[in-house]
Amino acid sequence: MVKQLLKLLSPLNKKLVRDINHLRGQVVATALVVACGVASFVAMQATYDSLLLSRDTYYSRYRFADVFSSVKRAPEGLEEDIRTIPGVAEVQTRVVSSVTIDLPDLPEPAQGRLVSVDLTRGSILNGLYVQRGRELADEARDEVLISGAFAEANGLNPGDSLNAVINGRWRRLSIAGIALSPEYIYEIRPGSIFPDNRRFGILWMSRRSAAAAFDMENAFNDVALTLAPGANEADVIERLDDVLEPYGGTGAIGRADQYSHRFVSNELSELEVFGTFIPAIFLGVVAFLLHLILSRLVGIEREQIGLLKAFGYSNRTIGLHYLKLAVLAIIGGIVIGIALGAWLGSGMTALYADFFRFPILEFTLPFSVVLWAFMISFAAAAIGAVTSVSKAVTTRPAEAMRPEPPADFRAGFLERSGLNRMFSAEVRMIARNLARHPIKALLSIVGISLSVALLFIGFYFYDAINRLIEIQFNRVQLEDVEVTFNEPLPSETRYELLNLPGVNRVETYRAVPVRLRFGSHSRRAGLIGMEQGGRLRNIVDKNLRDVRIPNEGIVLSTTLAESLGAAEGDEVTVEVTEGSRPVAKVAVADTVEEAVGMGVYMDSDALHRLLKESEVVSGAYLEVDEKYAQELYETLKNTPTVAGVGRPQAALDSFNETVGQTIGTSTAFLIGFACVIAFGVVYNGARIALSERGRELASLRVLGFTRREIGIILLGEQAILTGWAAPVGWAIGFVLCFATTRAIDAEIIRLPLVISVATFVYSFLIVAFAALLSGLLVAWRLRNLDLIEVLKTRE
Amino acid sequence: MDAITDTVRKDHSPDQPLAVLQARGLSKVYHMGEVDVHALRDVDLDLFEGELAVLLGASGSGKSTLLNIIGGLDTPTSGTVTFRDHVLTEADDAALTEYRRDHVGFVFQFYNLIPSLTALENVQLITEIAVDPMDPAEALKLVGLGDRLHHFPAQLSGGEQQRVAIARAVAKQPDVLLCDEPTGALDYKTGKIVLEVIERVNRELNTTTAVITHNEAISKMADRVIRIGSGRIVSIETNEEKASPGELSW
Ligand SMILES: Nc1ncnc2c1ncn2[C@@H]1O[C@H](COP(=O)(O)OP(=O)(O)OP(=O)(O)O)[C@@H](O)[C@H]1O
Ligand SMILES: [Mg+2]
Repeated sequence: MVKQLLKLLSPLNKKLVRDINHLRGQVVATALVVACGVASFVAMQATYDSLLLSRDTYYSRYRFADVFSSVKRAPEGLEEDIRTIPGVAEVQTRVVSSVTIDLPDLPEPAQGRLVSVDLTRGSILNGLYVQRGRELADEARDEVLISGAFAEANGLNPGDSLNAVINGRWRRLSIAGIALSPEYIYEIRPGSIFPDNRRFGILWMSRRSAAAAFDMENAFNDVALTLAPGANEADVIERLDDVLEPYGGTGAIGRADQYSHRFVSNELSELEVFGTFIPAIFLGVVAFLLHLILSRLVGIEREQIGLLKAFGYSNRTIGLHYLKLAVLAIIGGIVIGIALGAWLGSGMTALYADFFRFPILEFTLPFSVVLWAFMISFAAAAIGAVTSVSKAVTTRPAEAMRPEPPADFRAGFLERSGLNRMFSAEVRMIARNLARHPIKALLSIVGISLSVALLFIGFYFYDAINRLIEIQFNRVQLEDVEVTFNEPLPSETRYELLNLPGVNRVETYRAVPVRLRFGSHSRRAGLIGMEQGGRLRNIVDKNLRDVRIPNEGIVLSTTLAESLGAAEGDEVTVEVTEGSRPVAKVAVADTVEEAVGMGVYMDSDALHRLLKESEVVSGAYLEVDEKYAQELYETLKNTPTVAGVGRPQAALDSFNETVGQTIGTSTAFLIGFACVIAFGVVYNGARIALSERGRELASLRVLGFTRREIGIILLGEQAILTGWAAPVGWAIGFVLCFATTRAIDAEIIRLPLVISVATFVYSFLIVAFAALLSGLLVAWRLRNLDLIEVLKTRE
Repeated sequence: MDAITDTVRKDHSPDQPLAVLQARGLSKVYHMGEVDVHALRDVDLDLFEGELAVLLGASGSGKSTLLNIIGGLDTPTSGTVTFRDHVLTEADDAALTEYRRDHVGFVFQFYNLIPSLTALENVQLITEIAVDPMDPAEALKLVGLGDRLHHFPAQLSGGEQQRVAIARAVAKQPDVLLCDEPTGALDYKTGKIVLEVIERVNRELNTTTAVITHNEAISKMADRVIRIGSGRIVSIETNEEKASPGELSW
């Protein structure tokens, strides 16, 4: 059957089929790299496109707002004023407040964000998708919907109830249903960077009930709006701030600064970055591998090429022949890659969608992605083919038909340096073979080093996260418990806290929302006034440098300073957006490159002076005796003035559970990818070395060298290349790490560029192991080396 | 060589010269599809201590096949080869490798030098793994290349390359030196120089030597001439008077 088909082909095409069959080991190794490259490209692009589409469909179907602002208390009538701001399309006012929740199996109180839902007018903006249970009923006063991640983390179901402190009073709330909202895709406590779904969730309550509970009848304290097409967001924000200011507006933000949106966008852009550079690495390696294989093939077929040309085949026909070979070699890889990529992509999309809890999941594999996959793979094949074939087709037939001149070795660096004597003949053979094709050696090193680099970056994330944890939980947040109050309390509260069970130490702080202005720039931030000499909460930069609170002036996080264009010594305008809204010019005493968040710090006394207030506190850091913790939490749950209780240890545990797992999965993928690349490069390199030097090796066998010894000579070259790939891979990896830290939204997190010894070691060891395996696979072929054949023929 | 079983030597009278290599009833059959090619048919052959034997025969007569089998490169279809106390035909691959490494020196028609190593290094490559080698430079001097130690194969003529190959073969002081068409790729003059070197090695180092050729003239330098035809030993003649290679002409 196959033979009959073969007969139909032109002679040159028959040669093609036989060449591919002959080179099948190398073709498979290359196709594997192609498949991985295409799969990663297709999977990540499709996931990116799908998530973007899902998110945007979600946003538009559930009318996600464009601008958000909170306000202390504004009369209902103000809504009309907001609506008339030019550029505003739709407005929704709400009552939003923080509540303390008591969950049966959680020792410490959880925190909820209660958001009102206007049942009479329906949710104009930020609509809810009720996942389970039912919508809120207007007449039921103590009914809530709770957010999905929170419900799942705590095992809460419709029909269950939970206790919450609402406006200072315990209320028993019954859960009508589980809901999702485009506004809280990422359910994350303001100010934290990792979600902690056990201890933070969203509650939706009817506007009527919420208004009654928070004394907000005919009033609102939060507003969201959409922009009319073509409206200028900045203008609208400015006008909105003007309208809300008399009522205690804290400054509006656009979508870009909306917490959940920002996190989702950051996640997606990371996906996009990885979806670009990982496939790029693979396809670069593919081009190199094809170059390697075809160069060797063309070298062997030099005389045949001359012959074909002598018989009148054109350069184009011959060039095309090898190009076809390159394309045929990878086409299987592309098809498998696309199929694999589509499968992985739909899986990844589902995983992400699950993580984000999109109620709408739209998986798309745009045809353009498939087309791109083909095009970039073909481009890689073309590069491989052109670079290897061009020389052969341009040599004159007469010259090509002459056998290639004997390998010309001359005294090189090794001989002149006198180092020569230190090495055995085997080492010299290896060294000289490498030195003869420096470009090829270099490309091999780069190829292998890319797999080292991939692993390097994978393991770097562990290092960065470990450092982050170390900074955040061993240096910055040394408190056992952080308590935040509903309202500023007198400084005597410190002693009350100290009297609570198990509390050994109390450090208080004052926090106010501010808008910082410098030149034409302005940014919203939270200003924290800290006690001098406190040790439970510290300011530490990402390189573990401790920063002291100055007596005067503010300490600004570097990211914030940069976005304001301000530097140490500059005076920035601090506008407090709360209370009596004082405005003051304050000098930047220091800047700190924090790992997390965008803090602004000053001395608490200086802040009191700025606020022209007596010594009041917004919250406190506590050092707690573990034995009494249970009792303490019980008390705190029952203290109406406590808005929230934070426990660093709990946050760390929750982080390890969620983020740790995600990183583990992606590292597993990177390890797989790296192994495939290392395998592709080393296997092909060794196969070609075997083809080029098979005769030499067989001669050595005849002369009494054992299989092991010639195996070492054969693989020594690859071993040296792999060895060199370590430093090169580390260097490339370091650059990639640096680029990645830059690609991540600096206002959310700044990954410290720290790399552990383990990262260096593992990134190399895994690649070395993959290289060793592929080398042994080739060395296995030494069994079939025909000793007698090499004696019969001239080279 | 423990893998090669020791066997009781065949009856051997003291007045006869000692056979270093002994082949008995060697046959080699290649199955080529429908037809069987009998490269060797029931060959008996002895190589005696210190002699220079020339194996003479037409192309395709089975000379290389025979040499490869006694050199431990190939195995016969039937028959035995004994090297001193060891039966090669019962040895496994590792043992054959050790046999080649420790006892045999090969010289081939196409030199088979390692292009990435200099003349000296090509010899060192072998002396490094040999039991009782001579000095590599000394070996090269023996073949008249004392001044070409650091040349790479690409920088040497064919005859010089072949002499490096001979130096490489003799440097380990082998028990037998097997040369398959050593002059096959060389011109008349260079061929003679190479033969002189082989003769000198045989004479000075007393190395048992077998030289394959299809050149009648060369047989005059042998102690014994073994003629092979169609896979059989046709005749064995002893030269009463050996000619020196310099006296040969063809
Ligand atoms: N691998 C093989 N497969 C099939 N037949 C073979 C093989 N090797 C050798 N022969 C056959 O065995 C016979 C003897 O071959 P051999 O190489 O020993 O001849 P030779 O005497 O060395 O010839 P030449 O002087 O041409 O080198 C020949 O007919 C040859 O065709
Ligand atoms: Mg022959």
